[in-house]
Amino acid sequence: MKILVPIKRVNDYNVKVRPNQSNTDVELNNVKMAINPFCEIAVEEAIRLKESGKATEIVVVTIGDSKHQEQLRTALALGVDRAVHVKTEHNLQPLDVAKALAKVYEKETPELVIMGKVGIDGDHNQTGQMFASLLELPQATFASELKVEGNKIEVTREIDGGLETLSTDLPAVVTTDLRLNEPRYASLPNIMKAKRKPLEEINIDDLGIDVNEKVKLLKVESPPEREEGVKVESVDQLVEKLKNEAKVI
Amino acid sequence: MKILVLGEHNENEIQQATLCVVDAAKKLGGEIDIMLTTNASDKVVNQASKIDSVSKVLHFSNERFQNIVGEDVAECALSISDDYDFFLTSSSTTGKNILPRIAAKLDIQQISEIIEIIDPKTFKKPIYAGSCIATVSTSQKKNALTIRTTSFDKAELGSGSAVVETKNCPNFSSRRTDFVKNELTVSDRPELTAADIIVSGGRGMQNADNFALLDGIAGKLNAAVGASRAAVDSGFAPNDYQVGQTGKSVAPNLYIAVGISGAIQHLAGMKDSKTIVAINKDEEAPIFKVADYGLVGDLFELLPELESKL
Ligand SMILES: Cc1cc2nc3c(=O)[nH]c(=O)nc-3n(C[C@H](O)[C@H](O)[C@H](O)COP(=O)(O)OP(=O)(O)OC[C@H]3O[C@@H](n4cnc5c(N)ncnc54)[C@H](O)[C@@H]3O)c2cc1C
Ligand SMILES: Nc1ncnc2c1ncn2[C@@H]1O[C@H](COP(=O)(O)O)[C@@H](O)[C@H]1O
Repeated sequence: MKILVPIKRVNDYNVKVRPNQSNTDVELNNVKMAINPFCEIAVEEAIRLKESGKATEIVVVTIGDSKHQEQLRTALALGVDRAVHVKTEHNLQPLDVAKALAKVYEKETPELVIMGKVGIDGDHNQTGQMFASLLELPQATFASELKVEGNKIEVTREIDGGLETLSTDLPAVVTTDLRLNEPRYASLPNIMKAKRKPLEEINIDDLGIDVNEKVKLLKVESPPEREEGVKVESVDQLVEKLKNEAKVI
Repeated sequence: MKILVLGEHNENEIQQATLCVVDAAKKLGGEIDIMLTTNASDKVVNQASKIDSVSKVLHFSNERFQNIVGEDVAECALSISDDYDFFLTSSSTTGKNILPRIAAKLDIQQISEIIEIIDPKTFKKPIYAGSCIATVSTSQKKNALTIRTTSFDKAELGSGSAVVETKNCPNFSSRRTDFVKNELTVSDRPELTAADIIVSGGRGMQNADNFALLDGIAGKLNAAVGASRAAVDSGFAPNDYQVGQTGKSVAPNLYIAVGISGAIQHLAGMKDSKTIVAINKDEEAPIFKVADYGLVGDLFELLPELESKL
């Protein structure tokens, strides 16, 4: 079984991202970048499936500028076999990403696609579902458990009310939630080895994707600051304030 | 302008979230219809027809909807999509699962997690775990929006008189996903996103048994219990308790954070609460920066005392 894992380059999750000086976008200059945490979980899951003998090949793909190759190399160092870089200088929106990924899917014909449920940058939570929809593939989003059995998968999903289990035929699209696994770190020897693993470059224009900014970013601001409150000295004082000052109990 | 709201329910009741989505739809302006997929549940259809400002309830009834699979709901919405300019749902896990599937088929770039409608083309939404607010504008004829319910009021339930129309389900034969089972959290407490008061515990609670200390307080205040990611990852609380960027967004009147440090991803889901209380032994914990009332000390001493004084 071949697995395709689309990954996104985003800010390191520890960094608090701020608006730029002119409030036209966020300031990402000098911000540490990384693989989106949910995509790391997707990569890890694919590697575990290969280690358990269920998968034979893992291909990782990202769409973006040349800097995105850093994240592809990291994925290769983690144990992915091969990388595909779809090159574009545009900052694509989920629909266009999904269209470009669909083209890559058609070239690679994997049996399983594992991707993150959401990018921690734009908070879209769209690409996986759009990709599945364009290809009319079954989807199992927000996975906290994935079992592959023959040409079917069984996926436990984290939903608002608790957990839900679905089964789908392959090929299928799975998006990862936080508790699917705990990603490993790349070892130094593997980072060295990854430099020699295959990384294919494709121009987005060659995929016939017409990049279209259907939604424009007008402004980026900081949210209203909450005023820092007071420290109370005792439980009695807390209860008194909640009753008489805040009037919430 | 015509708006289709994807209604959510539990076969018994319309979700509060749907009432908030209708409120958002009212702010867009235009005719509002609600689509419901049920296993012959007249009760929720009836209820939906009484939501203020709704013109029509479009009811797709099928035994498959006993347990809803996203692909089927998307097919139903697509079968009537020609009639609509806007497709709206809440940013619940159900809404997030389904709406992009509809949007992609209609070649729409969806806009997620809307917190403010400036006009029918311009919206505000949080990005980067709520550390920035983006204003975006769409040039599309048709639009698909998920609504962050905590930023909207609830449309009134009871005052409306919508027409109910029964729709034929599209042919589902191509679907290759099957429902296997679910394990829903059962609780007699209010639902997290609908509660007036929430008591949340973090890694500081140390284990699942200690969450009972929060239950005692929640019982007295008729509150819901929530948790940080660390508490859920460690198995102290079920996944659906998680509050934060990648869990639930909540904005109750009172949020009590106990043994939670206040990471940006946690704050993203609760910092719009009206009053925030933090109980933490570390007086430098970032949670105190957003707390109206901070109490520094050991939660194992403070929680029993608090329970006894409520
Ligand atoms: C992609 C991604 C998504 C995430 N999404 C979320 C999310 O949705 N929600 C979320 O919550 N987190 C999320 N996180 C995790 C987040 O970054 C933090 O790791 C998490 O919120 C920490 O949980 P905590 O505050 O319970 O634990 P800690 O940070 O370990 O804090 C525990 C606190 O308990 C206090 N404490 C300990 N013992 C006591 C005691 N006896 N009495 C009083 N206080 C005590 C300590 O002083 C400390 O402040 C996400 C992270 C990533 C990378
Ligand atoms: N530029 C991209 N290149 C490759 N995969 C992407 C890209 N953007 C998003 N994805 C995938 O889609 C998931 C969800 O992203 P989003 O819809 O942006 O929240 C990510 O976790 C990735 O798996």
